[in-house]
Amino acid sequence: MAAQSPYEILGVKPTASAAEIRKIYRDLAKQFHPDLNPGKPEAEARFKSISAAYDLLSDPEKRARYDRGEIDESGAERPRYSYRPHAEGAEGWRYQPEGEMDLSDLEDLFAAFGSSGSGRRGRAGAGSGERFRIRGQDRHFTLTVEFTDAATGGKKRLSLSPDEWLDVTVPAGIEDGQILRLRGKGGPGMGGGEPGDALIEVHVAAHPLFRREGDNICIELPVSLAEAVLGARIEVPTVTGRVSMTIPRGSDTGTVLRLREKGIQRRSRPGDQLVTLKVVIGHPKDTDLVESLEKWAPSHPFDARREMPRS
Amino acid sequence: MIEFDEVLGRLHGLDRNELGRWVENHWVLAEQHGDTLLFREVDVARIELIREMRDDFAVDDEAVPLVLGLLDQIYELRRQLRRLCDALAAQPDDIREAIKQALPPVR
Repeated sequence: MAAQSPYEILGVKPTASAAEIRKIYRDLAKQFHPDLNPGKPEAEARFKSISAAYDLLSDPEKRARYDRGEIDESGAERPRYSYRPHAEGAEGWRYQPEGEMDLSDLEDLFAAFGSSGSGRRGRAGAGSGERFRIRGQDRHFTLTVEFTDAATGGKKRLSLSPDEWLDVTVPAGIEDGQILRLRGKGGPGMGGGEPGDALIEVHVAAHPLFRREGDNICIELPVSLAEAVLGARIEVPTVTGRVSMTIPRGSDTGTVLRLREKGIQRRSRPGDQLVTLKVVIGHPKDTDLVESLEKWAPSHPFDARREMPRS
Repeated sequence: MIEFDEVLGRLHGLDRNELGRWVENHWVLAEQHGDTLLFREVDVARIELIREMRDDFAVDDEAVPLVLGLLDQIYELRRQLRRLCDALAAQPDDIREAIKQALPPVR
């Protein structure tokens, strides 16, 4: 149990002034003085502790040192606790962070600090004759692929130097900035350690026609007035080549036509190509067209801006 | 082992509830023994460290685990480094000299 503090013995608050403490002490001393309490050993014991408490609190320097915890209630120096000798001593392992390195052998030490090893380090360690292994370093490359290659997938050859290359399989639907890992294609290991990996950051080039939305590919396709109004069968570029497509009679700018499974060529389920039509008049000064419209327009009033919000 | 109340006696002015909370927060490790908690010397020194951080350096409750976590990592490194140094010190002179030569200069 903790010993009573001198404040508790005198029954004063730790914030009490020197004058208050002196007054309380005098009252208590009168009450418990041995000469006034003959034959009462408990009063004498109480008087001793009161005197000791007052002795400490009446000396401003001692009181201040007590308040800072430098000395205890008997005036003895308190031990200073320093964490470092404990932390670095045998008991310090108690606070070993979880998941930290366990350096039970040198291999773990090199792994913990990511030592690259410089050839000379492959030899026997610590005189024990036991070899230690170091995994090779990862190597980083970048590879830019065409939009269509990213959409269909395929093999690309990445040149590392005139006589060294990597064959990279680009999966269909790879995204710009995605990283491919080729196991074992990095730097060689030391002392029988595994080689590292090659990490290839893939960039997908933009395309003048195609735009990607998830697994679908969007394209804007110009059509003539006649093709839109009368319908037509035309050819459309896709990531897998040109295909023919029917434009239904009475199409318009903004009509979206879907070419199934002509989008990102994912093996599980390919995306679609979405074709947005854009009507292009082409020859506005065509006299036949102008004349027929002059006859046609007055009897066919049409507000092309009726769905536009009024500002 | 040191009992809970003895820790309070040794560390002047330490609040009972506060120490209980630090143990609950796992800032300090203690072993439950019957209805009391038992500490080691390293734990008492750590309790004093936490108190100094809070009282003298105004580290608040949010930041204490962060500071303790960093300190634990530093001391872990120092303990491991000491192990390694002890192992190196036990090597024959030629091996120690070879290691010394292999140490890259610090810029």
